Amino acid sequence: MQIFDEYDIMKTLFMIRVENLTKKFNGFTAVDNISFFVNKGEIFGFLGPNGAGKTTTIKMLATLLKPTKGEAKICGFDVLKEKENVRKSIGIVFQEPALDNRLTGFENLDFHARLYGLDKETRKKRIEEVLNLVELQDKAKILVINYSGGMQRRLEIARGLMHYPKVLFLDEPTLGLDPQTRHRIWDYILQLNQKEKITIILTTHYMEEADYLCQRVGIIDFGKIVALDTPQNLKNILGGDVISIEVFPPERAFEIFKTFSWVKKINRCNSIINLNVEQGEKKIPLLMKIDQKEAGFEIKSVNLRKPTLEDVFLYFTGKTIRDGEASQEEKNKMTMRGRFRR
Amino acid sequence: MKSNNLETIYVMWLREMKRFLRAKSRIIGTLLLPFFFLLAVGSGFNSGFSLPGAPPGVNYLNFLVPGILGMTMLFSSMSTGISVLWDKEFGFLKEIMVAPVKRFAIVLGRIAGGVTTALIQGILILILSLFLGFKMVNLPSFILALLFMFLIGIGFIGFGVAIASKMEDTQGFSLIMQFVVFPIFLFSGAFFPVINFPGWLRPIAYLDPLTYGVDGLRSSLIGFSQFPLFLDLIILLIFGSLMVILGSWLFSKTEI
Repeated sequence: MQIFDEYDIMKTLFMIRVENLTKKFNGFTAVDNISFFVNKGEIFGFLGPNGAGKTTTIKMLATLLKPTKGEAKICGFDVLKEKENVRKSIGIVFQEPALDNRLTGFENLDFHARLYGLDKETRKKRIEEVLNLVELQDKAKILVINYSGGMQRRLEIARGLMHYPKVLFLDEPTLGLDPQTRHRIWDYILQLNQKEKITIILTTHYMEEADYLCQRVGIIDFGKIVALDTPQNLKNILGGDVISIEVFPPERAFEIFKTFSWVKKINRCNSIINLNVEQGEKKIPLLMKIDQKEAGFEIKSVNLRKPTLEDVFLYFTGKTIRDGEASQEEKNKMTMRGRFRR
Repeated sequence: MKSNNLETIYVMWLREMKRFLRAKSRIIGTLLLPFFFLLAVGSGFNSGFSLPGAPPGVNYLNFLVPGILGMTMLFSSMSTGISVLWDKEFGFLKEIMVAPVKRFAIVLGRIAGGVTTALIQGILILILSLFLGFKMVNLPSFILALLFMFLIGIGFIGFGVAIASKMEDTQGFSLIMQFVVFPIFLFSGAFFPVINFPGWLRPIAYLDPLTYGVDGLRSSLIGFSQFPLFLDLIILLIFGSLMVILGSWLFSKTEI
């Protein structure tokens, strides 16, 4: 009994607490009974392919979608019953741009600040602060329609911070940005996590992003959280090393490698076979001992490395993350956007 | 909390104003159509053409101006209402929807902004028509006309918001314009008195809320009308309130 009480107290200390959250669209289950906590001041990441249910989860937490089942609390406020308090406590940067591009950067921020009820003094001070943070001071008077993709994203991050939220949601914060801009955005995210002491929950399908930014990562696939831990612990689950072998024909080699007692886990991705092993450097000679002619396959290349989140993802879902696989709805939206200009 | 709602209405209004003043081509574009109607139809029918059902001694241009004014208000208001769709398309709606404000305040703010821009356009058309030879009865009539323009504006912005809230994307936009907005305009008696419609078409005109708007404008601006002034007022008031409620309700149920 004692333990349970403490557990309950603990729960109220979490910034975000989600229990059995489910969302169904016409019979299709987008988010399937997920539960998780996010600690105060943490950067928490959801890693998963497009269509895994990350955005749907964020939208439910941000009160934009009604959950089919389950419960979610943000700063202790229920997303169904205390919408207004939840909305006050959160800032959000959506995956697709949500700026008024006929207004200037400054005006977009001012609009936001007024909606969130900041007084004149605070507005002025805060707009300057957030513009400085994302280094857009000298672009503030330019119409957003003339901003580059990276500048728009930075302005959106600035806007998400305007009203001193306790939690900031970032839905694919660097989607479609070039590597240089991506690294800059990462720096801003780390900076504001430290400077503003803000809890951040982000979604991404970039492994490096989750690895670089997040203190804890939840791997999400087909609406379910299949693993949740620190990036290091996740990688440790695989243990030791990964040996990637390019081989032809892979089917035959797969059957043979499978029988080795030192192979902890094996999976195949086209002509590449990945082996999870301990002390990989000592296992490569064993591979070389195989008589390839007799076995009936040919090894083209061998690569030894420490496991990455990509390997972790492969381990838990049995597939690599499917990059660039936009859902049909998203594709339609993109073409629509190109077709209609006001 | 109340002051927060006012701030929401104000900031939505402010945004509409800024966008309106920046879209110079849009202002000119929306003025051109009614102006050409006045110029071509008005002056074309003007010389010695007597319209059955119209008051004697009133030339056609004077008869037409209130109708075109009603049209300007209808088009401008509907496009403001439907602009919710554009916000959906360009993502800005999400920014509004996630803010800790009441959704009816957002709709009211949009209506406030839309009515202001529509009134500006209406007044500009009225001024233009003065140059073409339009004669108002007197100045107080102008104030009364403003009231009617205001009511037409509120009603059709609410209507537009309601339609836009039910639509998924902008694909249905031109359909709405062709099959909703134009019939409302054509059956409103903007070009001729509605009693000139054959009996079987008249009920459509009577069901058209803009009919009472145009009639009220005509009554206040040139002193000719088919319905009593208070009837026009009451019907527009009811239509306006219903549409504001319907628009706010459907908008507040939008999920994105």
